[in-house]
Amino acid sequence: MRVTPLGLARGLVVFGALAAFPFVVHADWIVNIGVFTLMYAGLATAWNLFSGYTGYISLGQAAFFGLGAYTLGITFNHLSIGAGYRPFYLLPLIGLAVALVSVPVAWIALRTRAMTFAIVTLMLLFIVQQLAFNLRSITHGSQGIAVPQPNFAANFDRPYYLAMLAVLALAILSCWYIRGSKLGLMLFAVREDEEKARGVGVRVTGAKLIAFALSVGLTAMIGAVWGYYLFYIYPESAVDPLVMIGAVLMTFLGGRGTLWGPMIGACVLVPAQQWALTNYGATRLYLIVYAAVFVVILLLLPQGILPSLDELATRWRLRTRAPPDVKPTPKRAVL
Amino acid sequence: MHLVVQACILGVLTGGVYALMASGLTLVFGVMRVINVAQGALVILSAYLSYTLFKDWQIDPFLTVLIVAPLMFALGVGVQLVFIRSLRSEQAEELSLLITWALALGIEGVLGAVYETTYRASEPSYANASWTISGYRFSEVRVFAFALSVAVLVLLYLLLARTRFGRSVRATVQNPTSAQLLGVNANRVRALAFGLGVSTAAAAGAVYAMLYPFNPGSHYDLISRLLSIVVLGGLGSVGGAVVAAVLMGLVESVVAVEISPVWSSFSYFVVLVAILLVRPQGMFGLRERLL
Repeated sequence: MRVTPLGLARGLVVFGALAAFPFVVHADWIVNIGVFTLMYAGLATAWNLFSGYTGYISLGQAAFFGLGAYTLGITFNHLSIGAGYRPFYLLPLIGLAVALVSVPVAWIALRTRAMTFAIVTLMLLFIVQQLAFNLRSITHGSQGIAVPQPNFAANFDRPYYLAMLAVLALAILSCWYIRGSKLGLMLFAVREDEEKARGVGVRVTGAKLIAFALSVGLTAMIGAVWGYYLFYIYPESAVDPLVMIGAVLMTFLGGRGTLWGPMIGACVLVPAQQWALTNYGATRLYLIVYAAVFVVILLLLPQGILPSLDELATRWRLRTRAPPDVKPTPKRAVL
Repeated sequence: MHLVVQACILGVLTGGVYALMASGLTLVFGVMRVINVAQGALVILSAYLSYTLFKDWQIDPFLTVLIVAPLMFALGVGVQLVFIRSLRSEQAEELSLLITWALALGIEGVLGAVYETTYRASEPSYANASWTISGYRFSEVRVFAFALSVAVLVLLYLLLARTRFGRSVRATVQNPTSAQLLGVNANRVRALAFGLGVSTAAAAGAVYAMLYPFNPGSHYDLISRLLSIVVLGGLGSVGGAVVAAVLMGLVESVVAVEISPVWSSFSYFVVLVAILLVRPQGMFGLRERLL
């Protein structure tokens, strides 16, 4: 995909504004919500990179989020990697390592199709959680791993915010690049009709594996930042089905398969979610709120915000005698 | 050796109960291509209903099935009508996976608000009684539970194999369009089959309340087992689910005795991965592209 001035400007404005945010707003609790918003935006974008583009619904990405967090925690326990900003420099390595680990796992999981794939990945989540409980010598089981607390003094949340933002930017950049590349075409071909794609010579397995590993790498990096942010990594919180469903929900809300959709979904839902958690977190009422929001989105807006807006805009333009350069639908030509 | 045989007995008895829960799950998938992720939560909901009936009205937990199952059947039909039928999109199957997950969260939230998160269990007077036959112990509750599960499964089989309704269900599984052309009311079959699937959860839930302590969060553990059972058996195959459930019971309890209880549920996942490597469609499943 070529760099268009409009696209470049859009990216610069969005990320410029996001980067400036913690320097303008000083209230810690707002920046804290910002950290979680960016975290979910990154998770949803990474999820979209695989599941949105290939149509394979993976419900196991939270397993790799947990793996990333645990990798950071375990590295802290065994090596002196320094405090302060130093651990952030390890992120690319952690992402790469977890992505490599995920390749054989994905290879097995991707032998299955559609619904079976969704179930197998969901079980992957439970398997990793169980491993985190059981491998006590490495993970300390349900006691959890403690990560040394850095002294960022004032504006404690800001470094984490910026780290999350960096990973999110990386995720958006990769998605943008892939959408314009041959890999993107291959992934979309898999989504539309995998058998046909294979028939005309698309290396579907390779394409799926690369997308999966990329998605996992990004997810693991976000998990590592999260672990460093919370200081304590427990099996229940690091490999949490709720985190998974949150990322999926946000992608659905924003629009699957779009570039900015997952991020928009996260920006809408996470502040609401954090608000519900602080107000109703003690009783499990927030689960009911969560479920209700989910059901409403799936029933009323199954396509997501961006595609729905797109459709509205197209319809409006057609009704007002559109200028001739309107392209019918942004659906890609598949080979 | 004695221990292993004892473990096998336990495994088969436990597997029977899981077979009951999983049969409903796989039946629903067969009829409407919907994975009901809320099946675990529905089992827990039934367990709570049965527990309440037992605690407040002193009804024997096994008899509560007669009250809980019809209730859950109605709930299942309602869920199908309200949530699943109204999904309009070419990806209704994937969406149903997510919407039933949301349903599971909702049920967990309601149960958490009503019953708090303390662990509960129904403990009838015979909870700890057991028979001993040539040195092997048979816990009464587990034997009754197994018998109940087998009875319900046989009923389910007769319903599917011998009745007009069962024929229309099987026809819908094989080819929904042709079934509809031949006069099967597909919408009615779907709703009833979903209710049926949920009522197997009800029967299993009453039993589960006696076998294990549970709290609103227990459904995660349940659904991970149930999903692995139906995938191993082959999605849509009721017989496959039964075989897989018993296999799971056996593997788990033998590993618990021979290696460590900590690894027992993990061992089953290993079996699952090994089988998926050879047969991605599960033991008795059809290849997915044909579906």
